[in-house]
Amino acid sequence: MNFDDTPEEAAFRAKAREWVQANAPKEYEAELSQASLGRITLKKGDMVEVGKAWQKKKFDAGWACLSWPKEYGGRGATPIEKVIWQQEEGVYGKLTQPFQIGEGMCGPTVMAFGSEEDKRRRLPKLASGEEIWCQLFSEPSAGSDVAGLRTRAERDGDGWIINGQKIWTSGAHYSNYGLLFARTDPDAPKHKGLTMFFLDMKSPGVEVRPIKQASGMQEFNEVYFTDVRIPDSQRLGNVGDGWNVSLTTLMNERMSIGSRLATGFPEIFAFCSDFVTEHGAALDDRAVRAKLADWAVKSSGLKYTAYRSLSALSRGERPGPENSIGKLVAGTMVQDIATFAMDLQGAAGALTGAADAEVGGRFQTMWIGAPGTRIAGGTDEILRNIIAERVLGLPGDIRVDKNVPFNKIPTKGR
Amino acid sequence: MNFEFSDDQKQLRDQARRFLAEKCPPKAVRAVLEGSAGYDKALWSGLAEMGFLGVAIPEEFGGTGAGHLELCVIAEEMGRALAPVPFSSTVYLAAEALMLAGSDAQKQKWLPKIASGDAIGTLALFEGPGNPSPQAIKVAAANGVLNGVKKPVADGAIADFAIVAARNGSGGRETDIALYLVDLKAGGVEAKTLTNLDPSRNQAELTFKDCKAEPLGATNEGWSILSRVLDRAAVLMAFEQVGGADRALEMGRDYALDRIAFGRQIGSFQAIKHILADMYVAATLARSNCYYGAWALSTNAGELPEAAATARISATQAFQHCSKQNIQVHGGMGFTWEFDCHLYYRRSNALALSLGSLSYWEDQLIERMRKKNAA
Repeated sequence: MNFDDTPEEAAFRAKAREWVQANAPKEYEAELSQASLGRITLKKGDMVEVGKAWQKKKFDAGWACLSWPKEYGGRGATPIEKVIWQQEEGVYGKLTQPFQIGEGMCGPTVMAFGSEEDKRRRLPKLASGEEIWCQLFSEPSAGSDVAGLRTRAERDGDGWIINGQKIWTSGAHYSNYGLLFARTDPDAPKHKGLTMFFLDMKSPGVEVRPIKQASGMQEFNEVYFTDVRIPDSQRLGNVGDGWNVSLTTLMNERMSIGSRLATGFPEIFAFCSDFVTEHGAALDDRAVRAKLADWAVKSSGLKYTAYRSLSALSRGERPGPENSIGKLVAGTMVQDIATFAMDLQGAAGALTGAADAEVGGRFQTMWIGAPGTRIAGGTDEILRNIIAERVLGLPGDIRVDKNVPFNKIPTKGR
Repeated sequence: MNFEFSDDQKQLRDQARRFLAEKCPPKAVRAVLEGSAGYDKALWSGLAEMGFLGVAIPEEFGGTGAGHLELCVIAEEMGRALAPVPFSSTVYLAAEALMLAGSDAQKQKWLPKIASGDAIGTLALFEGPGNPSPQAIKVAAANGVLNGVKKPVADGAIADFAIVAARNGSGGRETDIALYLVDLKAGGVEAKTLTNLDPSRNQAELTFKDCKAEPLGATNEGWSILSRVLDRAAVLMAFEQVGGADRALEMGRDYALDRIAFGRQIGSFQAIKHILADMYVAATLARSNCYYGAWALSTNAGELPEAAATARISATQAFQHCSKQNIQVHGGMGFTWEFDCHLYYRRSNALALSLGSLSYWEDQLIERMRKKNAA
């Protein structure tokens, strides 16, 4: 048992470190290090533009989309090499935020189901950051139940006409392409009438509107489609086989290991180390210690769980299911930590002004954003279902809508 | 990165699991729980024959000298099977204390007997309610004899020898505490079995009356030796707890697949799925923290005090959570004497309260993290 790299891994790490040292945009280092959860905004520069420049630089030197094949703009690297790269890229990895959905989900889906022509034309541009992709899955009436989506794709000669609405689309306003999940047959049972496409986000009839979230931030969008035309060549997989295609997309999402999961623990430990309550130093309080210890072991548990998965990758094996706990544990933890940090501050904990809030209002920002973390990318409840069904082997829920034609499934109020 | 047990170690685990499945079914645990023997003697001899008692004891002292990672693997299996034997007292505490601080003669005398199953050892630390603290130790050492009362002492009524923490000076400072090695069969000590919540393990009161004792290690270093022993034992105990947690999770899962209510498997209800998913989360976090502890223990890393506290807290939480929720998943049947759920519930509590309880280790962890940060 050790934490050491193999000689090959060490050589790869040295190469990556050297390149990052020589090429990273160091002027953003401090700001990126302090960035808290959620979408990052830079004081001196547009996040997307700075991100694109970094992505292009990486692409030119062969450090973009590492696990993709070379002919599509990647490096053909092994999964463990990709993780080593992420470790060495460090805080600059935060600049890749606009490209993560493309690299992790859209790209692999196009790779698996797209035509060779599309793969060669689109994927290298995605890898270089020249073109950004978004994922058009969720709808107002299809969140956790994504197969309940209602956006229609209707045949029209050699193409399709799209009408409907998507929601919670990250980056739609700056994306060039979108992976679109649509219903092609409303008479079929809900999982069987779906088809996957990709589309140009600048197509006529596509309208992107930002959503103002409960936190006051605008990180997501609604996307409306009115008679948007897509050529049939942009269909991914067979007509009616969209559900299987989407599983590929989502499986790729879950395979991302060692991702930068924020727990809030370093922040709360540092805060309690300095903060003085009416009873004295917060860290001397047994009640504070008990809470900190609980979060410390959760945070440590997540770290070493990721290490176990990395060990499997390092041996060239597929990691076990243990990483599926990550977001479930971290999401609640961030919320609890932020709540506790403000509790220690009493009434002043509610203040957010730069002059009034402790540590720059970091916990207040965490707290107001935390409910979103527990919902986006799989709610806590869906994640528990996944663990129960796919890891523990429990039976799926009994579904009343499974074999019913989609257009006969009852909807709200009926 | 190789944060995983080796293939040989995994083979050892399979071997231990098979052995315990045969020699330590729930029936054997119940025999001790409902009887008066205090432990399963046949199982204890079997464990010695398999070489499991001396797996971390060097060959020159009668062990197999395999190492502490191997001991972690076996500890997990002992926890899974709820082995009703004085394994933790003898192997995690007495043997570790001897190996850390014993003289050559002391090691020669006792370690081979531990490995061969001929001697049961324990640590006599607590004196009534409370967690480890030098001030709480009142048993007095003077002129080579001990006087005072220790309770509870795990496996105290079945042990052949004990490592006893005693006050050597007049105050309650750390340097006033010394460890003594006492042959419990040589007179001067009276052992009385105490009733407790997990009768599959013995708990006793030991009364020392002018009892002959020899120092183990320097007499002003008892507390620091003890702290190191507790850290080492905490990692090993954590593996035992994770073994128990995993088994409780499996029992709950299997029952949820088997039991039909409202015309369907109860495991198809989200209310049950979510209970089991949370058990899996707790068990997984604990296992990963245990691996961290195992790494620190086996390499004598500077991180051991922090890693031990981390593994211990996480594993205590996991075993308590899983054994408690396993009963909930089982419903009424889980609360019968007939079903095995209560055996795990009882054991999770017994292990949680030994070696210092959850609140003690939580306090230790934060103190250790603070010291590290200040350094």
